[in-house]
Amino acid sequence: MKSLFKGGIAAVAILSAFAANADEEADLVINEEIEITVRTDAPAHVENLSTIYSGWVFRSTETQALQMDDFENPGMIFVDDAIAAWNTVEGTEGQSCAACHGAPEEMAGVRAVYPKWNDEAEEVRTIAMQVNGCRTEQMGADEWKYDGNEMLNMEALLASVSRGIPVNVAIDGPVQAMWEKGRELYYTRFGQLDLSCANCHEDNYGNNIRADHLSQGQINAFPTYRLKNAKLNGVQGRFRGCIRDTRAETFAVGSEEFIALELYVASRGNGLSVEGPSVRN
Amino acid sequence: MKQILSAGVAIAIATVGFAEGMMPDDVVYSEYGEVEASLSGQPGDAAAGLEIMVSRGKGNCIACHQVTALEEYPFHGEVGPSLDGVGEYRTAAELRGIIANAKMTYEGTIMPAFYRASGFNRPGNAFTGKAAEGELSPLLTAQEIEDVVAYLQTLKD
Repeated sequence: MKSLFKGGIAAVAILSAFAANADEEADLVINEEIEITVRTDAPAHVENLSTIYSGWVFRSTETQALQMDDFENPGMIFVDDAIAAWNTVEGTEGQSCAACHGAPEEMAGVRAVYPKWNDEAEEVRTIAMQVNGCRTEQMGADEWKYDGNEMLNMEALLASVSRGIPVNVAIDGPVQAMWEKGRELYYTRFGQLDLSCANCHEDNYGNNIRADHLSQGQINAFPTYRLKNAKLNGVQGRFRGCIRDTRAETFAVGSEEFIALELYVASRGNGLSVEGPSVRN
Repeated sequence: MKQILSAGVAIAIATVGFAEGMMPDDVVYSEYGEVEASLSGQPGDAAAGLEIMVSRGKGNCIACHQVTALEEYPFHGEVGPSLDGVGEYRTAAELRGIIANAKMTYEGTIMPAFYRASGFNRPGNAFTGKAAEGELSPLLTAQEIEDVVAYLQTLKD
């Protein structure tokens, strides 16, 4: 392990005279047990990439290390909060998550296939929408706020029990129209800076933009604990921030546009491991 | 240095105050994207241009471009080409055109247009995420662009 870090530091010196400090060749194993795929062949539907990378590989050696041990990962604190919520009876039906689903570990693999089609509701659901679906339809409980703390905590729990399982989001059949809508949004330039997702995350990943090292914008590792704001961050909140940063009028968290974009961007990561809660800067 | 800078600021304020600058929609680009005439009608101030190059709230040119002469200002980007020697191989008209609207020179470029105020998709009110209210201001003023052009012309090998 030590030599791996040292290799990283040497590579950094060669790669960049500036702050990037990333070890793009490092491998991620969590708790010396869960092997995470952080680079793999791009799926066929991602036309312009040959290899896909987790955002983890673009972060500094120090930030990378925080995710290698659950005792070091600040995001895992919120997983504990969510375990308590998982076992709490709420709503008019006298149910908890555990009443139907058993232990959280029984949900292994679920995170990996979201967003996905829901037959009864006849809509594409993100995992947040499905959690709220359970709460209102099965438990008779109130919805949680989209990207609110309770929801992000639960998303962190659901991700944590799927860590190491490859993302495998369906893009055809009933979700195809939403997927195509998401693809169109990905390549649409927004705002006064006139930037699309692809401009930075497809054409320029690995490059620095001022002090920021651009990733591929993969979302396999959400929710993510950001050192910058010291809290869990959801996928759509991050989309909102990105579009805001193009000097555009952004879309709302939970909007049809962002559900479509989440489906499309998730599918670009098919083959990477579920990794959340991750640690980023 | 201080005196040069305050002179630059004075010129910029005077320009905005008298609104003598060419409006963004009125800028004439050549077939290859060059803009011959000064946007403000005034010469640029290279020292003021340097400040605009490195300021995050202004041009922030080094966010994407490496410039050896600006090494004391940290964190240069890699998204665009290095600007070392650009004053040697680019004319003022080329530089002005690229800064004002690089898409007139390089179709499909990632580089934002710094002197354009219309034709955007969902333009926002600066970095608030909310819709823009009223007319947009270009990212830089006419004089600020002239100042950056003047600075870039000093970058010779």
